[in-house]
Amino acid sequence: MSAALDLFSAAAIGAGAFFFFAGTIGLLRFPNSLTRLHALTKADNLGLGLVVLGLLPRAGSLLDALRLVAIWALVQLSGAATAQLIGRALSRRGAAK
Amino acid sequence: MNDVLLVAAGFILLTVAAGLVRVLSGPGDFDRMMAVQLLGTGGIASLLLIASATTVAGVEDVALGLALLAAFASIAFVNSARTDGPDASEAEDL
Repeated sequence: MSAALDLFSAAAIGAGAFFFFAGTIGLLRFPNSLTRLHALTKADNLGLGLVVLGLLPRAGSLLDALRLVAIWALVQLSGAATAQLIGRALSRRGAAK
Repeated sequence: MNDVLLVAAGFILLTVAAGLVRVLSGPGDFDRMMAVQLLGTGGIASLLLIASATTVAGVEDVALGLALLAAFASIAFVNSARTDGPDASEAEDL
């Protein structure tokens, strides 16, 4: 059982690391600001989400697990708000050519 | 298993640090801010991995603080960029 949970953790964390990698590549390689914003939000949501999912079985107590989920939810909320604000500011500025 | 977590933490940190090239090249301030936001999220992920792999107390709380600061930094940045940008007159009618 423990080996299966370890395998699950490693798989989820590996997938999360991959999304951070893909998000960085997108941020560096995509042609304009709105597409780069798209790459950034994927890394924020899925990268951190998968890392937290992988760490959940390793949490010592229910409180620790809830704290992990709370951190992820906070990043989720601020990431969504920021992406919306940046997107609106970019379109007002006409930078999305 | 702890080694796997630490390797993943290092990999994520190196990856998002490479994204900081965007801070140098721009072209706009928004692109620079996005790279910093990615560094913030990657830092949170790395801290959570390190907290799970080691027994140092309080590392998760540092990650929580980083999450709060990243939120405030981005929103303050967008607010300031809107008022002194080229279309400042347009920002009045929000």
